[in-house]
Amino acid sequence: MPDFWFFLEVLVGGLLSGTMYALVALGFVLIYKASSVFNFAQGAMVFFAVLSFVGFMELGLPFWAALPVTVGLMILVGMGTERFVLRPLVNQSEDTLLMATIGLAFVIEGVAQLFWGVDVRRLDLGIRDEPINWVMDKTGMLVSQLDVTAALVAGLMVAALALLFSHTKVGRGLRAVADDHAAALSIGIPLKHIWMLVWATAGVVALVAGMLWGARSGVQFALVWVALKALPVLIIGGFTSVPGVILAGLIVGASEKIGEVFIGPYFGGGIEGWAPYMLAVLFLLIRPEGLFGEKIIRRV
Amino acid sequence: MSTDKIFRRVVPAISAAAFIAIAAASTAATAQEAQEQYFGIPSSRVGPYSAMGTGYYGGIIDYLNYVNMKGGVNGVKLTYDECETEYNAARTVECYQRLLNKGDQKMVVFDTLGTPGAYAVIGRMAQDHVVLAQYGYGRTDAADGRVWPWVFNAAGHYWGQIAVKMNFIAQKEGGVDKMKGKTVVHLHIDTAYGREPLPAMRQIAKEWDFKLIEIAIPPPGLEQQSQWLQIRREKADWVTFWGAGSGMNSTAITTAARVGFPREKMIYVTFGGAEEDMIPAGDAAKGTFVAANAAPGRDYPLIADILKVVYGAGKGNMQNPDRVGTVYYNRGVGAAAMWIEALKNAQRIHNKVGKTVNGDEFRDGYEALDITDDKLKEIGILGMSAPFKMSCAKHDGSERFKMMQWDGKKFQILTDWVAAPDPAFIRKLIEESAAKYAAENNITPRTCS
Amino acid sequence: MLYREAGQFRTSYAQDSQIFPLRQDRIGIAILLIAAVMLPFVANSYWLSAILIPWLVLSLVALGQNILMGYAGQLSLGSAGFMAVGAFACYNLILRIDGIPFVVAVALSGVCAALVGIVFGLPSLRIRGLYLAVATLASQFFIVWALDKFGWFKNYDPAGVITAQPIVMFGHNFATPREKYWVVLAIVAVLALLAKNMARGSVGRGWMAVRDMDVAAEVMGFSLLRTKLQAFAISSFYCGVGGALFAFAYLQTVEPSAFGIDLSFRILFMVIIGGLGTIMGSFLGAGFILLMPIFLNIFFHTVFGKAVDATITSALEQVIFGVMIIMFLIFEPLGLARLWQLTKERLRLWPFKH
Repeated sequence: MPDFWFFLEVLVGGLLSGTMYALVALGFVLIYKASSVFNFAQGAMVFFAVLSFVGFMELGLPFWAALPVTVGLMILVGMGTERFVLRPLVNQSEDTLLMATIGLAFVIEGVAQLFWGVDVRRLDLGIRDEPINWVMDKTGMLVSQLDVTAALVAGLMVAALALLFSHTKVGRGLRAVADDHAAALSIGIPLKHIWMLVWATAGVVALVAGMLWGARSGVQFALVWVALKALPVLIIGGFTSVPGVILAGLIVGASEKIGEVFIGPYFGGGIEGWAPYMLAVLFLLIRPEGLFGEKIIRRV
Repeated sequence: MSTDKIFRRVVPAISAAAFIAIAAASTAATAQEAQEQYFGIPSSRVGPYSAMGTGYYGGIIDYLNYVNMKGGVNGVKLTYDECETEYNAARTVECYQRLLNKGDQKMVVFDTLGTPGAYAVIGRMAQDHVVLAQYGYGRTDAADGRVWPWVFNAAGHYWGQIAVKMNFIAQKEGGVDKMKGKTVVHLHIDTAYGREPLPAMRQIAKEWDFKLIEIAIPPPGLEQQSQWLQIRREKADWVTFWGAGSGMNSTAITTAARVGFPREKMIYVTFGGAEEDMIPAGDAAKGTFVAANAAPGRDYPLIADILKVVYGAGKGNMQNPDRVGTVYYNRGVGAAAMWIEALKNAQRIHNKVGKTVNGDEFRDGYEALDITDDKLKEIGILGMSAPFKMSCAKHDGSERFKMMQWDGKKFQILTDWVAAPDPAFIRKLIEESAAKYAAENNITPRTCS
Repeated sequence: MLYREAGQFRTSYAQDSQIFPLRQDRIGIAILLIAAVMLPFVANSYWLSAILIPWLVLSLVALGQNILMGYAGQLSLGSAGFMAVGAFACYNLILRIDGIPFVVAVALSGVCAALVGIVFGLPSLRIRGLYLAVATLASQFFIVWALDKFGWFKNYDPAGVITAQPIVMFGHNFATPREKYWVVLAIVAVLALLAKNMARGSVGRGWMAVRDMDVAAEVMGFSLLRTKLQAFAISSFYCGVGGALFAFAYLQTVEPSAFGIDLSFRILFMVIIGGLGTIMGSFLGAGFILLMPIFLNIFFHTVFGKAVDATITSALEQVIFGVMIIMFLIFEPLGLARLWQLTKERLRLWPFKH
């Protein structure tokens, strides 16, 4: 097929993959925005969420019943994390909190394997991972139905969360808490409730991300590593920006795929692993807080 | 007392206790009957390769228990210890050292289920007198027993495997002459394991005049969009897939489905094609070919008997008994069967029938493995494993594989044991590589009469 | 009663600037060193090869990470990548330069790692905090990919691994675990002493100034460029030497993926649990992280034995490991080094309570 169409196909595929990365990164952003904690356990939460979902279905619950049960479970996990891991560490340094979330990742991964076992499972969302026919016929490009659905879901979630943060009372409370806990407390914002809400939302986001990734790649331990794909997205978009996540996801996805297909062969391939990170570093050199991140003002 | 204080007192106390416990555990001379043969098992039951590890080592442990229930090896009961490696090279080394000695007995054989672990310990075998019983993985040039007296590979190695697969492809195309001008893509994980078959493949590509394209997938390989779009663009006729970890393996199938590449033109490697890899891909996996060095199935007499005897008594190792008879499980049983045959040989050769053997004796026993069809029938795995014979210079197994195809629910076995078309060529490659290693490391290969 | 500084007067500048000003400390260190050297005569080979050697090697790497994170305040997740550089550099140096003594090769491979560290440390001049941590992941992934992809590093080994050559110095082949242990002990002791000295000297003070408030440090006259890059260089040197020892004295056969991100995380844990910004902490943390999984494994196998499915015990080990890390961070964020310090302070007052 002519080169231009192939390029477009790779580009579109990359953009769509990027939205999937953005969906995972969204969980990170949520938690960071509200409690300044970089939740390294997000990858483990994605894994645990979708594993539990599939596990409940295997135990006999139908799809539409397993969904709220898993959401409930993730809310519990989020609340538990906030209560037992974050609250005791409330005034510690960033590094300590980061380490705590890495420890948490181990715990969640272990618990997931403890309860649900180590078998690999499949998840069928009813959307086939196959090319959309009319696109195929018109242009010869392959665009997967599942990918497009995932992109739509990701877009919707980002839009919903962005609206939540900017237009609702709860969102304003979240932003206030992120800015300054003490000040927020002093004007009466219920800190604990806010944090629990944030962690619960992050859990739900993790579930959605897990379901889409699980449908694509199978529900198994390797899902934990999608978090590593989301990190460059976070850097480029800024840790605190919800709309930034989508834009950064698109950039990372597109550049990654185009880089691998067109530049990769000169190096023997396999550059997808580090290329997004290099890109992120270059971005940071120009804008150290990411595209939409909050500028860090340090006082002497 | 506040939690703080408790922590401050309890932690040092626990640390001291831990220290003593480990010291005790590692130097303890466990009261052990002289009639028990000890095996050290480095399992990998958690992490990304857990599906593989639980199946394989489950098969091994079930077989050891089975042999015990049937009276042991000439009366010698078998005992084992497990150690979790998480499929990590450094942990494998640590487990190796922890499992090495039990009381006054040393373990005689070590099986790491994977290449990273094998490479981590391979240099210690000659010093410690432990056999590294690779089973379908690991260092290919260890097939040259003159350079590697302590390392074996009783199931086929990767160079033999790729030759068999290329032959299969040629068959499907209608003959070697029809391969001219075709395009074969070797889609592989971007590690040494993934690149293993390339030297042999390149040679075959030259001889048969087809185009070989090498495309790498960086681990963990949950996203293979770019690779498959490239494959589509190159209009590949066949894809040989060499991945690791169920994430990569099932993603390849779903992505192939997405770009419309027929699964009937994909051949998976033994370590990439098991039920755990096909099932997550769902219907998309139908039609994929896989090479097998241990055929799956529950109706082999041994497997059926294990189900009856071991699981019947509630001593089965698999959490989910449905996994008995799967690819990895049977592979584990096959590997363990070879250990026990080697043990029997060792007892016989060194006049130690009814007694435990040491590393040297076990090595001799493994080298003396002569697994004929009759012997396979006796063990109960005729058709599950291929017959072979080891010798002083030849430390690899039969180099024969069965081709199977996934039908959506299970593997259908298509062929009987297929050998590589030119074993002499492969043997030459192996000897060259082993000689290079010997030269670099100042090893004088032993002479085999 | 025993551990007091009463009666010890320092009457010269040399005495005042000793690393261990207390006589009891000096005696303690001397006893420790003698015990360490004598240890191989009592310890069995499992202890030497599987516990002590990796502990020393990983302490060295943790030291490097501590210098970067604890003293200079630069959050880095790429220590395993620099270890890989050191390991492969050492292999190539010994391979291509005939007769090079092992110690020289190790030192040079440390220098190689330092150079690579400087290159990947350049972003730290512009980026800070968590962003820097994620940026260092770039170095981690890139280094492992490059070492794996370009066969020259592995001498075109068809299997993609390198087999460490024997450790040869002054014509003697240090082959037994005992001899390897002594080589490692010597190198680690010297480098640890150097690190302690650096940390309390002007170099270390420069790092700490940059860590605490880099704008103020710059105003005072510290060149941020030099200080930060120096921290990266020295830290990578330590990681590189540690990596070379890791390959030569412990694993023996190494492929690039052995230095993956999980190793970087383990080093990070060692530093945090051991105590950021302390030398002692690197050793204690390395011991804890190394021994905890082993202890859990042994504990579960002895207590539950074959009664509980091994998969469950393995998963439980992971859970408990994570829980222990979290508990440590909650209850003693300053790490094991702080616990040790508190013990020393109690010793000072002993047998009195306060």
